[in-house]
Amino acid sequence: MKALRKQLDKIKPQFQKGGKFEKLHSSFDAFETFLFVPDRTTSHGSHIRDSIDMKRTMSVVVIAMIPALLFGIWNVGHQHFLSHNEIADFWAKVLYGSFKVLPIIIVSYVTGLGIEFIFAQVRHHEVNEGFLVSGMLIPLVVPPDIPLWMVAVATAFAVIIGKEVFGGTGMNILNPALTARAFLFFAYPAQISGDKVWIAEKADAFSGATPLAEAAAGVGSGTVNFSHSFSDMFFGFIPGSIGETSTLAILIGAVILAVTGIGSLRIMVSVVLGGLFMGGLLNLLSVNAFMDVPFYYHLVMGGFAFGAVFMATDPVTASQTAKGKIIYGFLIGLMTVLIRVLNPAYPEGMMLAILLLNVFAPLIDHYVVESNIKKRLKRALKPVKA
Amino acid sequence: MSKTITLSKGLNIRLKGDAEKTLREFTALHFAVKPTDFIGVFPRMLVKEGDIVKAGTPLFIDKHRENICFPSPVSGTVSEIKRGDKRVLLEVRIEPDGKNEQERFGTADPASLTKAEITEKLLKSGLWSLIRQRPYGIIANPDQTPKAIHISAFDTAPLAPDYDFIVKGKGELFQTGLDALAKLTDNKVHLNIGNNTSAKEFLNSRNVDITTFKGPHPAGNVGIQIHHIDPINKGDIVWFAGVQDVITIGNLFKQGVYNSEIILALVGSEVVKTGYYKTRRGACIGKLIEGNIKEGNVRYITGNVLTGTQIRPDSFTGYYDSAVTVIPEGNYHEFLGWALPGLDKLSFSRSFPSWLMPGKKYTVDTNLHGGERAFVMTGQFEKVLPMDIYPLQLLKAILVEDIDLMENLGIYEVEPEDFALCEFIDTSKTEIQTILRKGLETMRKEMS
Repeated sequence: MKALRKQLDKIKPQFQKGGKFEKLHSSFDAFETFLFVPDRTTSHGSHIRDSIDMKRTMSVVVIAMIPALLFGIWNVGHQHFLSHNEIADFWAKVLYGSFKVLPIIIVSYVTGLGIEFIFAQVRHHEVNEGFLVSGMLIPLVVPPDIPLWMVAVATAFAVIIGKEVFGGTGMNILNPALTARAFLFFAYPAQISGDKVWIAEKADAFSGATPLAEAAAGVGSGTVNFSHSFSDMFFGFIPGSIGETSTLAILIGAVILAVTGIGSLRIMVSVVLGGLFMGGLLNLLSVNAFMDVPFYYHLVMGGFAFGAVFMATDPVTASQTAKGKIIYGFLIGLMTVLIRVLNPAYPEGMMLAILLLNVFAPLIDHYVVESNIKKRLKRALKPVKA
Repeated sequence: MSKTITLSKGLNIRLKGDAEKTLREFTALHFAVKPTDFIGVFPRMLVKEGDIVKAGTPLFIDKHRENICFPSPVSGTVSEIKRGDKRVLLEVRIEPDGKNEQERFGTADPASLTKAEITEKLLKSGLWSLIRQRPYGIIANPDQTPKAIHISAFDTAPLAPDYDFIVKGKGELFQTGLDALAKLTDNKVHLNIGNNTSAKEFLNSRNVDITTFKGPHPAGNVGIQIHHIDPINKGDIVWFAGVQDVITIGNLFKQGVYNSEIILALVGSEVVKTGYYKTRRGACIGKLIEGNIKEGNVRYITGNVLTGTQIRPDSFTGYYDSAVTVIPEGNYHEFLGWALPGLDKLSFSRSFPSWLMPGKKYTVDTNLHGGERAFVMTGQFEKVLPMDIYPLQLLKAILVEDIDLMENLGIYEVEPEDFALCEFIDTSKTEIQTILRKGLETMRKEMS
């Protein structure tokens, strides 16, 4: 490692002020700090600092997504062979899935990080780690058959319009990964909805409808016919976006996030409670067949679990106060089920519900903080006790 | 029957190098009073280099409040008046003559004096400078009467000195100091003790309201205690003083002199033999650390690792400080440090395995452990700030200089030291204490 350090120290002056590659300072800095934690010491305030930094934080989130990713890779292969009525062994499925999923991940990271590096260069600040997470989230919420150019366009849109125009990581209002997903949905509806896209190179004869689509179809036909059992949906043996199908794999990620304290357990739990509440309410009303789908099915269908664990908990776009987080999460769960059941045009409500609440999160916080201010003012007006 | 307040939020940072319970003495070669220890004080010199002074002779006064002066801790010669950039006065150095001559201010029983007489005596001796006020952390205004006076009798900061040990045998002086302070307020003097406090010097104190605090750091911070006993509202003034400051004030009334003796804890992982040392305020640490520091690049701090000030190895302890901490510097590159498991790394987050070993003590250096970023994580500061305050929102209000919002969010109730843990755990490596001080200074200028 010493040799590497020496080499870095040797070329470093060229990237500093007055050096040949001064303009590439941010890029050099990104690589240097990736390899070595910087030697900067504290100068003001606390002389010691916690060992955690943004790189560590973001890598924990990426690690938490790995179970969902690995399952997703396998499931892409599994669903493909299933639709063709072929028997394939475990490794064949993984291999097929890898061929489908890895290029999407690569495209997402290359596009997003490329833009991040350019912006860091132009703005003369360090490259932010936020995209390490967004770059993994985007592949996990797209269908396996998505054309790669669409991934690139959506990623670029999300990073530039969703994040950089607001000032970069920490300043954005909407979750970048969901911005990418929403962009795809509204720009290319044919390629990201319907029954064709959820299974990679699906055989034409095979239905391939997701449980959500089947439930939505029930509104017209009068009964909901699921082709998968509840446990299939829980374990994830269903068609869907790459990373969203297995509630179990997502739960493993949830545990990692909650134990490390990096993802807000408060938000996750309130999203679930909100979803169950609305699902239960609709069960009681029971006007059409979708409303009759048992309320707990909503937790394992579509992107509910994935959104609750990885999207709603994004600290930048969620509510920032403890009370605000509970309201924010609960409303996400509630809106998701509401949109799913009452909006026949698009059965997946999670994306829209989170984006909607992203917009309202500052308002929620405003009222929470306002109540603290009122309490303080009231205290000041209270006569002093003798 | 004293009441107990239990706080659950906070964090005890477990560092190696706690002070051994032995009391030694060390004779410093120089002493100094540093105007930079006093917030908002603009010094005007009363002595010049070469002047002979006694212990208690005023060295300089505050230009803005000329009745507040700052006394020499020892008798001797003014050896140097050190100035920095733009001729800012940094240190007034005294070379002791060993005779220990003292200015006489006359003994008196505080119980028989009026508020005006006590104020007068404290101002004349310069010991008024030991009484500070909240908000802003400045020296108290003798023309005001505070809502209350608070004394924290325990310190929960990392490697903090044990005041039970320091106060031993000084119960009478401490009580006299409390009696003097009690005359300065129409309300109460609060003595806030920890649930582990056992010194009878504290427990048997009279003329005060004793409250017990239980919980991790920052439960020992006077600001946290004030917040839970009787919070500061807009317009309120609360005074506070340290345990050793009260003892010094007690000495003034008992013996009629400025006895600058204090007990200093020498702590930190880089100290060979830690312990308590008898010395005087503003002592040069040169002799203290001589032959007692491990090899390597180290940082000397007067105060604790969270709120203290970095000093050179030949520099002086702070006016209000009761500890000198020595920790390793962290100016090295660490290969993939953010990715490695990090078994020996201290972190409040559970992304390092250290949370599985709750009893382990750590050597922590001054490395920043990462680059500065925008605020990203939320809900972290709240876990280490046991106050009904929204820390992130308050910091953002300061950054945009929104005075009304700062006031509404409770800036009067906090000092940088209360936010030190937020700064420690911050993933974005923001300089939170600096921001908070800036906000407080903005408010102070706005309100004056």
